[in-house]
Amino acid sequence: MAVTIAKERWTSKVAEVVLGTEPNAVKIGGESTLPFLHFEGEMNNYPKVALEVWDMEPTEWPEMLTRAYAGVLNDPVAWAKKCVEYGADMVCLTLVSAHPDNKDTSPEECARVAKAVADAVNVPLIVLGCGVEEKDAQVLEKVAEALSGRNLLLGLATAENYKTITAACMVHGHNIIASTPLDINLEKQLNILIMEMNLAADRIVIDPSVGALGYGIEYAYSIMERTRIGALTGDKMLAMPVICILGQEVWKTKEAKNTTEEAPEWGNQERRAILWEVVSAAAFAQAGGSLFVLRHPESLKQFRAHIEKMMRPVTY
Amino acid sequence: MGLTGLEIFKQLPKTNCKDCGHPTCLAFAMAMAAGKAGLDQCPHVSDAAKEALGAASAPPVALVKIGTGEKEVVLGNETVLFRHDKRFEHPTGIAISVCDTQNAEDIAAKIAQINKLVFDRVGQIHQVNLVAVCNCSGEADKFAAAVKIAVENTGYPLVLISEDAGAMEKALEIAGAKKPLICGANATNYEAMTALAKKYDAPLVVKGADLNDLAAVSEKVMALGYKQLILDSGAREANRVLADQTQIRRQALKRFRPFGYPTITFVTNEDPVQAVVDASVYIAKYAGIVVLDTADPADILPLITLRLNIYTDPQKPIAVESKIYEIGNPGPDAPVYITTNFSLTYFCVAGDVEASRVPGYILPVDTDGISVLTGWAAGKFTPEKITEMLQNSGIADKVSHRKVIIPGGVAVLSGKLQELSGWEVMVGPRESAGIPSFLKQRWNA
Ligand code: B12
Ligand code: SF4
Repeated sequence: MAVTIAKERWTSKVAEVVLGTEPNAVKIGGESTLPFLHFEGEMNNYPKVALEVWDMEPTEWPEMLTRAYAGVLNDPVAWAKKCVEYGADMVCLTLVSAHPDNKDTSPEECARVAKAVADAVNVPLIVLGCGVEEKDAQVLEKVAEALSGRNLLLGLATAENYKTITAACMVHGHNIIASTPLDINLEKQLNILIMEMNLAADRIVIDPSVGALGYGIEYAYSIMERTRIGALTGDKMLAMPVICILGQEVWKTKEAKNTTEEAPEWGNQERRAILWEVVSAAAFAQAGGSLFVLRHPESLKQFRAHIEKMMRPVTY
Repeated sequence: MGLTGLEIFKQLPKTNCKDCGHPTCLAFAMAMAAGKAGLDQCPHVSDAAKEALGAASAPPVALVKIGTGEKEVVLGNETVLFRHDKRFEHPTGIAISVCDTQNAEDIAAKIAQINKLVFDRVGQIHQVNLVAVCNCSGEADKFAAAVKIAVENTGYPLVLISEDAGAMEKALEIAGAKKPLICGANATNYEAMTALAKKYDAPLVVKGADLNDLAAVSEKVMALGYKQLILDSGAREANRVLADQTQIRRQALKRFRPFGYPTITFVTNEDPVQAVVDASVYIAKYAGIVVLDTADPADILPLITLRLNIYTDPQKPIAVESKIYEIGNPGPDAPVYITTNFSLTYFCVAGDVEASRVPGYILPVDTDGISVLTGWAAGKFTPEKITEMLQNSGIADKVSHRKVIIPGGVAVLSGKLQELSGWEVMVGPRESAGIPSFLKQRWNA
């Protein structure tokens, strides 16, 4: 008995965003189907993975994570090179030290570090601030200027600070991460505001604020599914690729941090923690994530192997 | 195929009595046409109407039960493709397999390991659901022997995996009374397998070489009058499984009857980490059952957690009651912790207070079941509400001191809270995991 295959006729697609410069540019987005349903649309770009680099040595990362970066944790340039060695598609430089509670590093100094990292690696760069909205506007403005024309991805732009960051992206040719707290209407609204300043849709990446497996993953999962359906049905204000800044969420969970001795009933930590990161990422890939910021090189390797399999076309 | 809302409406009493929870009969009819309501929700519908609406009133994915007693697994009754439309009803059953080529001790040892896969999460017990016994040897006697060991060693319902009807018959003589899942029927053996399923009134897997073949076998079994079915499209590669699972769910919602049943998926990836990741895709995307080989808690905990997350009701957060919780046997000098009544938040804190080995009181403020930062941002976790809880919960009678510990994430509340409540406010760590070391440094120091 022949089954009539049920194919959705989507009318639209996700914008394609190009990050970095040739010959090392990376493309994300462009999907004209729900994730990995190759039988009804195109998914030309593999979901990409960035590994995270800090501009100061992390003190609360579990040992199994710091071990992977032994010797480079106090040197962002060496750390970034290590990420490239591990095979990262991109490096995500997080300027944690700019936080007033940390070193309150000046925007100029942050820009200098960002430039040093950008010059040391051939993969495109994501640069994130410290999470204090006002400070991030100042910091990212300087970073944008110091790396003018390098086509970076800068964030997080929020409803509070998007104006400065958008302007800096326009002037210096960068792309923006539009970040909102798990609310599709706020997400859409921020995209509208940024586009009203004339930054093109294919220069915006959505950050819906993600939670880790077991810690609110389901909320972002559903917002992402709704965002993708919006994009495919013609809502231009939702038709941007989605970034999942996941490493920071995963590596604060007990399931990733507790050692085998502390939680023997949860099994071996190495296995459990990597799976916590990879399963979180795989779930978000099913919901429509296009760019993933992870922390452990083994997670990168496993997640990529998974993606390669899911990208093999299926036809009926 | 499905009826339109209007066709359904014609059969309803048209009294708009609202007993079905919908404002009008028409609204109810539209919901039913969309697969979001079932005819049984209208208590006033006539028998004639029931008959006329027959197939359309049945749920798009049939309800199928495996096993008996309290560990019975219930699958089906799903009505949507996306969890934001409506809660997914019956969580994916996790089945762990043993092979009849292993020796008796090894099988028993693995089953013992499976029985231990029980996790306490947000105050609820979560566990795997089924033990699958595979007839890897191809021999009927070995299969029966392995099934016997399984029956004797676990309370979980079984999945009996063999395409040899003779072997299945022997296995059912041992395990049939407990309604195991018979796995199963295919294009060549379906008559014998269906007869066995009928004899034991047990659910039956129908397997196709692909979707077309699956539809054919499913129709043939239905034509024999059997409807307790679980579908296997034969796909084993993750990308193909995703596509097939999506097709089966879509077709079921369009009321293509041969696909109107829950599904079973098999993880066969030889890389043990990739196998778990494949299983996570199947849990996210519609699998009724996922069968895997690993019984390692490091593999199973992430899957059980993902299942819990995907299958929670997107409309209501899980909350705990807002009252004083005593951890250990706290006395008048024990620490007092403030948190919110989102159950995930509360249980994180409770677990860490317990880990500190210092008895304490936890006061989850009623934030409508949302987390600390969400509650703060939404104006539901305020100095006023915390003060109210400190004053009205009776905690002041239980402790002799007036010191309260708040989450580090809401340090900004401390000034106002101290002023309003008169309690000395101590700002705790951002993550509750820091509570044990915080106590060492700051409590009674
Ligand atoms: C899931 C989520 C939601 C869900 C709510 C789920 C729920 N039931 O709470 C939804 C989608 C509904 C939501 C909505 C909103 N959210 Co929200 N949400 C999140 C998210 C992703 C995870 C929150 C979570 O569940 N964490 C897990 C729990 C266990 O954490 P927790 O309660 O904080 O507990 C930890 C610590 O605080 C500490 N702790 C807790 N109690 C105690 C007690 C003591 C004594 C100590 C020492 C420690 C301690 O230990 C716990 C474990 O580590 C976060 C971002 C993130 N990744 O964290 C944003 C986040 C909390 N949301 C945010 C916002 C702004 C909102 C909205 C106001 C946005 C809007 N739409 O307007 C709404 C408000 C909703 C409303 N009006 O009710 C912001 C808050 C910003 C801020 N810093 O104030 C965040 C941080 C996102 C962001 N980066 O902007 N959200
Ligand atoms: S319960 Fe039946 S009669 Fe009453 S409103 Fe609903 S559909 Fe109409």
